[in-house]
Amino acid sequence: MSLQSPLGRVIGRGSAKQGVSHFWVQRVTAIALIPLTLWFALRVTGLPDYEHETVRAWIATGWHPVWLILLIGTLAWHSALGVQVVLEDYVHEKGIKVAALVTSTFLHVLAVVAGTYAVLRVAFTFTAG
Amino acid sequence: MRQRPLSPHLDIYRFAYTMATSIAHRITGVILTAGFGVLIYWLVAAASSAESYAAAQAIIGSTPVKLLLVGWLLAFCYHLFNGLRHLNWDLGRGLERHEARRSARIVIIATVVLFALLAARAFASGVMS
Repeated sequence: MSLQSPLGRVIGRGSAKQGVSHFWVQRVTAIALIPLTLWFALRVTGLPDYEHETVRAWIATGWHPVWLILLIGTLAWHSALGVQVVLEDYVHEKGIKVAALVTSTFLHVLAVVAGTYAVLRVAFTFTAG
Repeated sequence: MRQRPLSPHLDIYRFAYTMATSIAHRITGVILTAGFGVLIYWLVAAASSAESYAAAQAIIGSTPVKLLLVGWLLAFCYHLFNGLRHLNWDLGRGLERHEARRSARIVIIATVVLFALLAARAFASGVMS
């Protein structure tokens, strides 16, 4: 057990570089989303039709599952941070604010897991027929 | 209670269109989060079964949802270009008033151009048929 105060222990050690993590991750995911969303938008609008077979074949093509899973994860992370800021700014009642923040986190994690599972399932089960 | 000075807020500022572009960034961000939910639903339906995909197609292909998707596409184009504008500001560039006004105009023009391109591609794919 140390007799030093918590403040005494950290003083002079510099920043843990965690203070700007929200700001920084929001920007890093933003940069990653530029190519990922443009790729997705151009590819999806370029499909010949949106029949089940066409869409499954497209998801399973080549390295598409990798880009799709990266897109889902990055989008969810960027979106979760953005929604967090909006809720913190506009929801003033403490209980409702916490409930909304927790709900948003749960929904974003659910979206990542469900979306990733869906892409992998199509990728591993699709056979042209 | 004694009237304490408040930091300036929306009721106090004179309206400027650079304000509108800032507020629109948040609004389009929230719209895109809702659209992310549609994307996940679409992928999960494609991975589940022909029946669930047909059900998703009926919902996503219905006129009100299609109109929402057009709005989503517009929100995407705007958030992308205005996001680039924000990243440039984060580098400490373009913060002068005349520069911010010029970049706001560039964002709006670029948004319309990319939206027209993507909407035309989507129409050609029969998504809007």
